[in-house]
Amino acid sequence: MKYVTEYRNSEQARGIAREIAAAADPAREYRFMEFCGGHTHVLARWGLTDLLPKNVRMIHGPGCPVCVLPIGRIDMAMEVAQKHGAILCTYADTLRVPASGGKSLFKAKAEGADIRMVYSPMDAVKLARENPDREVVFFAIGFETTTPPTAVALDVAKKTGLKNFSVLCSHVLTPAAMEHILLTAPRREGDAPFLDGLVGPAHVSVVIGSEPYAQFARKWKMPVVICGFEPLDMLYTILMLVRQVNEGRHEVENEFTRAVTPEGNRIAIDLMARVFRLRDTFAWRGLGSVPHSALALAPEYAGFDAEARFGLIEHVVPDNKACQCGAILRGEKEPFECKAFGKACTPARPIGACMVSSEGACAAYYSYGRLRK
Amino acid sequence: MSEERRYFSIPIDVKHGIIDLTHGSGGRATAQLIGQVFGRAFSNPILDEGHDGAFLPKIDGDPVVSCDAHVIRPLFFPGGDIGSLAIAGTVNDVAVCGAKPKYIAACFILEEGFPIQDVERIVNSMARTAREAGVMIVTGDTKVVEKGHGDGIYITTTGFGERYPGIRVSGRNARPGDKILISGTMGDHGMAIMSLREGLSFGTTIESDSAPLNDMVEAVVKACPNVHVLRDPTRGGLATTLNEIAYQSNVGIMLEESAIPVRPDVAQACEFLGLDPLYVANEGKLIVIVPEDEAEAALAAMKSAPHGENAAIVGTVTDTDKGYVQMTTLMGGVRMVDWLNADQLPRIC
Repeated sequence: MKYVTEYRNSEQARGIAREIAAAADPAREYRFMEFCGGHTHVLARWGLTDLLPKNVRMIHGPGCPVCVLPIGRIDMAMEVAQKHGAILCTYADTLRVPASGGKSLFKAKAEGADIRMVYSPMDAVKLARENPDREVVFFAIGFETTTPPTAVALDVAKKTGLKNFSVLCSHVLTPAAMEHILLTAPRREGDAPFLDGLVGPAHVSVVIGSEPYAQFARKWKMPVVICGFEPLDMLYTILMLVRQVNEGRHEVENEFTRAVTPEGNRIAIDLMARVFRLRDTFAWRGLGSVPHSALALAPEYAGFDAEARFGLIEHVVPDNKACQCGAILRGEKEPFECKAFGKACTPARPIGACMVSSEGACAAYYSYGRLRK
Repeated sequence: MSEERRYFSIPIDVKHGIIDLTHGSGGRATAQLIGQVFGRAFSNPILDEGHDGAFLPKIDGDPVVSCDAHVIRPLFFPGGDIGSLAIAGTVNDVAVCGAKPKYIAACFILEEGFPIQDVERIVNSMARTAREAGVMIVTGDTKVVEKGHGDGIYITTTGFGERYPGIRVSGRNARPGDKILISGTMGDHGMAIMSLREGLSFGTTIESDSAPLNDMVEAVVKACPNVHVLRDPTRGGLATTLNEIAYQSNVGIMLEESAIPVRPDVAQACEFLGLDPLYVANEGKLIVIVPEDEAEAALAAMKSAPHGENAAIVGTVTDTDKGYVQMTTLMGGVRMVDWLNADQLPRIC
């Protein structure tokens, strides 16, 4: 099975698009949120909305780890490198997010702070081993896809007694964010619900399984279909959602069966439970304070907590007034509806995080679709 | 050989020797390094004159010159090295001016401590590539910098060539209705380099496509006297070069994704890292933009030339959405192929 080519078959895509058009009831609108930024990217990169009928609308969700990272926490990362002289290791996209005063980690790096891009937390562990006289801090961001690798790195650090390694933990949880979206969503005209269905994240679900979404399906009477990252995955998922809505079902279905199981990756889940503890609350960029939605280090691993080691304090920093990332992350506005989009805010000079990350809705619209306005 | 024996009593220990500051002083050690390592590999009548500069024969056509600096790391990679890249890159830069490359000048900045074995390996690679391209390395320079002030070796190459009569190519010459062709698979070089990063082996060795394309250019200009644009897409990939052309010519470009060849292993590696092959570097590919009535002739010429077996017609120049590149995707939808601000970054999750 050639996963890359077989799930990009154009004839099959046309076939599924025809089925969606046939199944969609012309008398109503279907509004589905793709939670994950990677899925927003797939829609834009393949031009999939061209294949959907006008009454099937995709609403973009907050599943972009860089987009929801609070400015205050980027400031903490910068402080670690600039004030404490540590080597700050971070994923690529995080480098370009504008934090306080519009300054990014990338700019701080150009000014001399030792900030390095890594592909994985183990790169940071390796740096710590190779530089025993320097403090090395890994800026851990992301949903449940990136959390297990951080847990592995911490486990290795603990087992090998690595003294100069610590983690600035900003991991967040998908189910909590989904719950918050549904809880705070505005109603539509005629008191219709904000959303008719959810496209479940792909890689997050590989880790946590399909089970955790059952609560949404029940509580909110919301169809959920877990979807892979190929264009055929998305088209088929949308067809499955349309069918659920038409048939009055609200179940959790799994389109991404080749990688997602109901129970998920037990080893990863157990490891995360051991290494992390739940924070009472966390200030998400764009969503505001969300209870029980983020992770900190468990007491056993507290020695590796960069916040404690360097005495870092998180300040709440508001977004630029012109920035509409919050409304865009909640799916209430589209990128084109932000006055700054494409003018004051571009990938070269971003104001908000949605324009920075390749998974951000604004970046996806700008790069792939700004001629379509 | 006997002249060498007269002046240098002990030959350089190529296998175990390292570059030191004496090699850059201009004295006997420098002469020996140049003679024994560089001169031996590059030998040709012009270089062997041994002057500071090169006496070039008169040329009939209009002269073309192009230069490039090479700082690539790692120095050696599947499919090539900094040396082969230095020659092929400059040969191609001259060729895409619509010219026949003939002579190369090469400067070397060597770092104290760099193994002479590696110098020889790189220099031999340059000689091989020069032979393949039919160009001569006619003059050069060597400097040595203290340890810590260089990256092993930096090379700059300047290429000289002769314009093909009647051929006028330029990034400003693309016209609505023109067809866009590429000579082969996209993204090979960039992914070959990426795959050498620790922990990123993809279970298959992706090779750089670094190659001289002057023979292909000659075939194209002979078959297509009205060729409008010739370019070799390097950093930033096909997408960046086409954006430059769309901007310079003030035209739109519409690509057909299904026509763009990408090797399956390169596609898989890109997918794994969340990279788009259209933005990944190439080192041995040619973009040809010709009026529609010369497209088939261009394709045949490219396919008949070395390194052109996967040549394809991949798009059209339009007069809508000027300055922008767009693409009909495999799925049938349309999306922009934007001009990136900086490098692509790998996916996080």
